[in-house]
Amino acid sequence: MIAEAGLGALWLGAALCALQLVAAVLAVRGDAQLTTIVRPVAVAQAALTALAFGLLIWLFVRVDLSVALVFENDHSEKPFLYRFAATWGNHEGSMLMWVAILGVAGAAVALFERKLEERTLLATLGGQAVIGLGFYAFLLFASNPFARIYPAPPEGRGLNPLLQDPGLAFHPPTLYIGYVGLSVAFSFAIGALVTRDVGPAFARAMRPWVLGAWIFLTLGITAGSYWAYYELGWGGWWFWDPVENASLMPWLAATALLHSVTVLATRDGLRAWTLMLAVIAFSMSMVGTFLVRSGILTSVHAFAVDPRRGTFLLALLFVYIGGALALFGARVGTVREGARFDPLSREAGLVANNLLLSAILGIVLVGTLYPLIVEAATDTKLSVGPPYFNAAAGPLALILVAVLAAGPLLRWRRDHMLPLLKRIAPAAVVALVVLVAVKLAAPSIHILSLLGLALAGGLALASVAPLWQRNLRRTPLFIWGMVVAHLGVAVSLAGMACDSSFTVEKLVAARVGETVAVGPYSITLDAVEPTFGENWQALQATLLARRGEGNVLKLSPQARSYWAPPTETSETAIHTALDGQLYTVLGKEGADGRWQLRLWWKPFVTLIWAGGALIAIGGTLALIGRLWRARRRPRELWL
Amino acid sequence: MKPRNQRLTLALLAVGAVIAAALLALSALKDQAAYFYTPSDVAKAHLQSGAAVRLGGMVEKGSLKRLPDGISITFAVTDNAASVPVRFKGIVPALFREGSGVVADGRFEPGGQFVAETILAKHDERYMPPEIAGAMHKSESLKK
Repeated sequence: MIAEAGLGALWLGAALCALQLVAAVLAVRGDAQLTTIVRPVAVAQAALTALAFGLLIWLFVRVDLSVALVFENDHSEKPFLYRFAATWGNHEGSMLMWVAILGVAGAAVALFERKLEERTLLATLGGQAVIGLGFYAFLLFASNPFARIYPAPPEGRGLNPLLQDPGLAFHPPTLYIGYVGLSVAFSFAIGALVTRDVGPAFARAMRPWVLGAWIFLTLGITAGSYWAYYELGWGGWWFWDPVENASLMPWLAATALLHSVTVLATRDGLRAWTLMLAVIAFSMSMVGTFLVRSGILTSVHAFAVDPRRGTFLLALLFVYIGGALALFGARVGTVREGARFDPLSREAGLVANNLLLSAILGIVLVGTLYPLIVEAATDTKLSVGPPYFNAAAGPLALILVAVLAAGPLLRWRRDHMLPLLKRIAPAAVVALVVLVAVKLAAPSIHILSLLGLALAGGLALASVAPLWQRNLRRTPLFIWGMVVAHLGVAVSLAGMACDSSFTVEKLVAARVGETVAVGPYSITLDAVEPTFGENWQALQATLLARRGEGNVLKLSPQARSYWAPPTETSETAIHTALDGQLYTVLGKEGADGRWQLRLWWKPFVTLIWAGGALIAIGGTLALIGRLWRARRRPRELWL
Repeated sequence: MKPRNQRLTLALLAVGAVIAAALLALSALKDQAAYFYTPSDVAKAHLQSGAAVRLGGMVEKGSLKRLPDGISITFAVTDNAASVPVRFKGIVPALFREGSGVVADGRFEPGGQFVAETILAKHDERYMPPEIAGAMHKSESLKK
């Protein structure tokens, strides 16, 4: 019954979504009676999809094997956390989560958005309903999560062991909230294009929504990167895998949007461009969904290979992106020109930020889609990997960091060269000192890493410079947010540069008792013994690591075998020190009794994710600051 | 600057940035894209040494050998029509074994030896990378 109830809730939600669209369209065209029902319908629709999603979670936790999806992905011997998280560790479940978040995002707009002009808000909710309808159709016609099987099998097939990690419980929901949260910005842009109401008030209304989605995207990407780092056992934290790119592209667009919407809110500039970015940001989310969910990619994320689904998603993609761009093309001429600004001004700095982010986005998009397009056109298979992305996007990213250091020191509207240089000088000096010092200490360092470290040093100082000569207690929270987020970029960049240039890697075949030196550590292979867990057994190495005369650390990397489904994985063992991580992987046993070990010393690698966390914290501070400010203003716009 | 002009300037800048990015991207793509080959393709194509190659097929039965250093292996990748010997230094994926699917990323050395930098094996028992499935299917239909 639960599965049928879930399916019923989904159909009802779809029907309400259609009603929401019709009511919104009529209300925008002037039907005063219908204006009152659009908001409640949006909320009811969200409640129904959330209910459907909740019911699916319930089926997974209870391991109801008469439901095909549960049979395919669940197993009664799995720990509770993985039965719970297995709900979205598959195609149908994750799409249902997508739709549920979409509905809840729309409901949040209906409930909490008070600053937006009423007609624009109605049009926005209409836009949200249009997106919803397509994805309801995708769920109900091509990805029904509640399909039954008869007779019910005695046991489920289990979850891909690579996904059996606490990360599964947090990473996908976080990322999806970010992905789908951008739909609100998209719908805002549609709403504004429909009613031609673009200006600072619109931008101030849109900004918290963009910020919220962007915070979740940042967290999701950071968490996903760390997950891949320790789960895959390859020692890397970013592989330019198409699935990673699928999450990076909306983030790049959302970051650009976040900055352009500030220009619109503060100076009434970049009107059309901001709308365009809002469309692009969610379009990138949909491109990402298509890449990950259509099954055209080979990866742990590609759960299902079903050409019908790919075609369906591709059709949705064309309809929505094409439709939004057509609306943009038709209406953009009537959007009034925004305020002008000087080539040397905060606005101009933010334009540079936007251009660079867009260029990087373009490079990532080209590199990600190129293999797919070439294969479709010529049947030649190829792959584009780190050499391309690093070479093409790396230099632009460094220029972006330089602009980022200077940007917050620029004055709005018009600035002058000489005072600006004075403001930037300390950061430039720091960057130069770091550059020289690093070059002297490590002459053979790669140029990108060298510049990365130098710029990170300069940016670290420049990012806190806006606090200079301010009364810290009276500094608005969103300024703190900006400072913390920009500092996070410096921290993360320093981590990336350190990891790529100072990492020490050892690949050895060691006998039990043998000692190997890696970076500052000497590591002894003490024993290799069998061990087991709830649904796996493993060979576990005991490594004793010692740094100089310090304490002996014990690390236990494993080679695991799962039995549902039968799969082998390698579990890394990582020791985190203040100045880096010791990362160990156990390989296979050789014929002569030696064990393969892969050992890394990664100086300051943790800064990469610490920086990501700082960026998200900065975003959160800014969001709280903005909302707090909005609260204290009179609510003349609320009916 | 007149308002129109500023909008136009910005638009031109944006278009310029996109074109520059695209040019940068395409020139890098030309050098850096790794093409996918099956062993039969390798036999037919005249590959330059040093070019990035993705070699896909099955690990040939009886070909896997460990070298004395304990961490290097050699094996042959086959699609049942041709086979290519591969050398690899490192820890192979848990599911790498004779008779199962593999994708080896690497380059041909001047002597003609293929050296893999990374090795991907099929993820789990139910799953085979589409590239490998395609390569096997192709060689099977060739034999018919």
